[in-house]
Amino acid sequence: MSAITHHTPDSLIAAYASGNLSQPYSVVVAAHISLCLECRASYEAHQTVGGTFLETSETELVSEGLKAGLLDLLDEPFEAQKTYQRSGAYPGPVMEALKGKPPRWKRLGMGTRQSILSSGPDGSVRLLYIPPGQAVPDHSHNGLELTLVLQGSFHDETGRFEVGDIEIADQSLEHTPIAGMGAPCICLAATDTPLRFASLIPRLLQPILRI
Amino acid sequence: MLTAYLDTTQIDGRAVLARPNGYSSVTQTNKISDQTAFIIAVRDNRDRAAFAQLFDHFAPRLKGFMMRSGVGSGQAEEIVQEVMLTVWRKAEQFDPNRAQVSTWIYQIARNRKIDVIRKENRPVPEELAEDPANEPDAGQILAVEQEASQLRQALSRLKPDQREMIERAYMGDLSHQQISAQTGVPLGTIKSRIRLGLERLRHELKELR
Ligand SMILES: [Zn+2]
Repeated sequence: MSAITHHTPDSLIAAYASGNLSQPYSVVVAAHISLCLECRASYEAHQTVGGTFLETSETELVSEGLKAGLLDLLDEPFEAQKTYQRSGAYPGPVMEALKGKPPRWKRLGMGTRQSILSSGPDGSVRLLYIPPGQAVPDHSHNGLELTLVLQGSFHDETGRFEVGDIEIADQSLEHTPIAGMGAPCICLAATDTPLRFASLIPRLLQPILRI
Repeated sequence: MLTAYLDTTQIDGRAVLARPNGYSSVTQTNKISDQTAFIIAVRDNRDRAAFAQLFDHFAPRLKGFMMRSGVGSGQAEEIVQEVMLTVWRKAEQFDPNRAQVSTWIYQIARNRKIDVIRKENRPVPEELAEDPANEPDAGQILAVEQEASQLRQALSRLKPDQREMIERAYMGDLSHQQISAQTGVPLGTIKSRIRLGLERLRHELKELR
């Protein structure tokens, strides 16, 4: 694993650890933590804060029969919940979003492809496949964009992003990410705005199409 | 048995003592918490009495946690039951060298709460590869507990309104607007404490890979 230089900000890890991050961002943060020991340590530290509050906050009396009912269930047979393992470039949380299957790519033009993992009122999360030297398609110009590199690399005005690196871009960041040479760049990208049709068209085409 | 791991261990030069009830203890100044001893007994011996003790301690806290998110008493108890059943079934995944039992149960409860109340499937990070030497290490457990108690003290020293805001963020009765407006600032004040815990955890985690 190459050294990760762009990490998830502590505020996002805190939001994720406390269960306050929307689903699309949570996929990206969970994937980054799967690749990054430093952010995993931070995540576990934040969960310790949660555990501390669980210990000290207000309690509610439970019904009398609850414990006996539970003890009766201990020997019941059960099916362990399925967990998803890393597969190739895709960490467990991405495999889970893919339901264990390979991505179904849709062409965006110029050799660029995307595979939408989820899209809804909370935002969207998708995989992007960008050939070497091509521009990374624009996600949206609204809200916060999280982009995690899973294969290859990209660079923009703010620096170079390699496998495991996460870029946090808000609308104030004017940037033009370009995939690095070498292996095609595969990214996991989340936004908090629903995907708009125009944003699916690669940035390089936008001036031509006058969007 | 937990005691078998621990009773030959020396902590700060003090012998670790085994208590007659089977749960271990050390001298008053360096004592592994009862909760930790219970979960290890559940994990290693499927000890029902220890599990019942964990239930007595955590069920009212978990119910309080769930009800803060606005669910009724009945549904809160259903979730408590599911969370505690998960504790029983997944106990072998608990690593006392890395986390406190309250941290681990918080994690399970928070995931369950999101699944049930928000009707979303919470994305979770991959589990770390199993540590082959995953035996409880008394010194390490005490270090984890000490870190957590320092964290607790750091939290208790915050201004009451700051503390309350952070508590509400972690216990889930803050709206998203309130969170985006509020968490950045107060969370920053305990960042240094989190960083200390982080550093220790990072060393631990590096050895796992
Ligand atoms: Zn990181």
